[in-house]
Amino acid sequence: MAKSKLFWPIMVLVFILVFNLFFDPSFFTVEIRNGRFTGSLIDILNRGAPLMLISIGMTLVIATKGIDLGVGSVIAMSGAVGAMTVTGSPEGSLTPLFLAIVLALGVSVLTGVWNGVLVSRIGVQPIVATLILMVAGRGVAQLITNGQITTVYYEPYKFIGGGYLLMLPLSIFIVAFVFLIALYLTRKTSIGLFIESVGANPSASRLSGINSKNIILMVYMFSGLCAGIGGLILSSNVASADGNNAGLWYELDAILAVVIGGTSLMGGRFFLTGTIIGALIIQSLTTTIYSIGVPAETNLVVKAVVVLIVCLLQSPEFRNKVFGAFTRKGIKDTKDKGVTLS
Amino acid sequence: MKSLKLDYRQLPLLATFALFIMMYAFGSTRYTGFLSTQVFLNLFIDNAFLIIVAVGMTFVILSGGIDLSVGSVIALTSMVAASLVMNAQLSPWIVIPICLLVGSLIGLGQGCLIHFFNLQPFIVTLAGMFLARGLSYLISVETIAINNPFFDFMASSRIPLGDSFISISVVIALVVVVLAVFVGHYSKFGRNVYALGGNEQSAVLMGLPVGKTKIMIYVISGFCASLAGLVFTFYMLSGYGLHANGLELDAIAAVVIGGTLLTGGAGYVAGSVVGVLILGIIQTIIVFEGTLSSWWTKIAIGALLLLFIVFQRVIVIRSKVKKSSVT
Repeated sequence: MAKSKLFWPIMVLVFILVFNLFFDPSFFTVEIRNGRFTGSLIDILNRGAPLMLISIGMTLVIATKGIDLGVGSVIAMSGAVGAMTVTGSPEGSLTPLFLAIVLALGVSVLTGVWNGVLVSRIGVQPIVATLILMVAGRGVAQLITNGQITTVYYEPYKFIGGGYLLMLPLSIFIVAFVFLIALYLTRKTSIGLFIESVGANPSASRLSGINSKNIILMVYMFSGLCAGIGGLILSSNVASADGNNAGLWYELDAILAVVIGGTSLMGGRFFLTGTIIGALIIQSLTTTIYSIGVPAETNLVVKAVVVLIVCLLQSPEFRNKVFGAFTRKGIKDTKDKGVTLS
Repeated sequence: MKSLKLDYRQLPLLATFALFIMMYAFGSTRYTGFLSTQVFLNLFIDNAFLIIVAVGMTFVILSGGIDLSVGSVIALTSMVAASLVMNAQLSPWIVIPICLLVGSLIGLGQGCLIHFFNLQPFIVTLAGMFLARGLSYLISVETIAINNPFFDFMASSRIPLGDSFISISVVIALVVVVLAVFVGHYSKFGRNVYALGGNEQSAVLMGLPVGKTKIMIYVISGFCASLAGLVFTFYMLSGYGLHANGLELDAIAAVVIGGTLLTGGAGYVAGSVVGVLILGIIQTIIVFEGTLSSWWTKIAIGALLLLFIVFQRVIVIRSKVKKSSVT
């Protein structure tokens, strides 16, 4: 049990949730109010939905030894496109809603194609390739919204992020849907294996007949799509589009969630369930910090410390130096001696 | 005829120079008043802090690493300086060394984590970015305005240069550039940085002090970031946790546009200065144009970055083909 990659993330999540119980005895209660489930747990799931979605996409990107820094900007762009499409539409028809969804997701997938082509065809390092979108994407988002915070008055649009289905927030269903599809595609078909082998050794997998370039292109497209859905949820939640602040820092949170979930930044094996738990840990941490009255700004410091600890625990050098004295020596000596920066 | 042959390493730098001259010529013909000494000097005055950061970043990228924490270190420095001067009423002569020490220590910590535990520079400095911004929020969430004779002097004094002027910050930036050019191109440490960026394993096999160099690079970057933070504080006369948000990207863009290869091992410190000036001239053109909004700056920087990265890839691929055809 303790050997499982999921053991420690789950323990941390449980610890954070139980910690909350001391401050708020009603933390675990879920009540039915106005025909809907309400409670802190539901709240964490609902608010964490965009992060979970983006982290799912990020997991696959990181599994191919890449990284997608552009997701924050894609959130802003997708939200901007969605909000601008429905502004001023009549309440009665649902056509603008679907048009907004299609356009926003189309733009997001396009950004994924952009990143994917840069990384797989031109051979730019992922950090740098996606950095371009991170810088320029926010500019484009502001271009779409004319630099203003656009408010949406069209009611159906608010349903994406604020609607309820079967007494639960709709966003939870969206996350579950995307998660199950990703899980099915990567675990029941060979795509998952392809992604892992591309991440572990791109040239070896090319020699064994895997089209690494298309696999890489595909994961960036998927990451763009996930960020696009997240952007729609976020913008519909606040019924507005803000090119400057929508999705700010999300790329960092998503990377953090993936790393906590046990996927190594070196590429190779990935753990989608771990990622979901990682995203939930981050969301519960945020909720906890707000609810126990510590200044919200501590959040950043806490996240920094958490990410460093997790990275150190993943580092073979650290394990050898710190735990090496207690365990059999030299098990991991031969591993990961190469140059780190890919 | 060897002197006429261009090294592939110099191509990006030449392209950058040509671009700068072209943009300047474009601005001069299009807008009246663009071609004045003061407009040119303003490029330095407004971007003095970015020049300093870019110099530190050049060393990091030359070594094949990356430092995402510089923007936050600037914010932290401005916060520390503001709170120590205004709230603790300390003399600037004590405050300035403390500020520089803070940045250098953050750099030292990052360098140690990267070297000793073989962590990726990207993730370590990402954590450093969170940490520094979080710490500056812990000092205060509000803006702290600075009202101190020394800071006022640094902010407002003008050094006449013909019929125009520069600020003290520009002098600081230029001193940093000169020192960095010397360290980068004429010192043992500089050679080690290039060797490390070229191929780390070869550097180890050659018996170079890889660990020491690596840690030192991040200390330099941290030091430059905090010095830039001080210059930024002179410029803004306030401390605020959101200062210089996203500046790390501008710095990386400046270094790349300045002709340093992102894979490390090739580039020039002086190139990064030209890179910063190009970013500055984009902003100036957008201001002169008047009708364009400021977000066009971001799009223009992104487009330029793309252009130069693709350009670099083409050069690297072509030089590889050449090498393999020779041997």
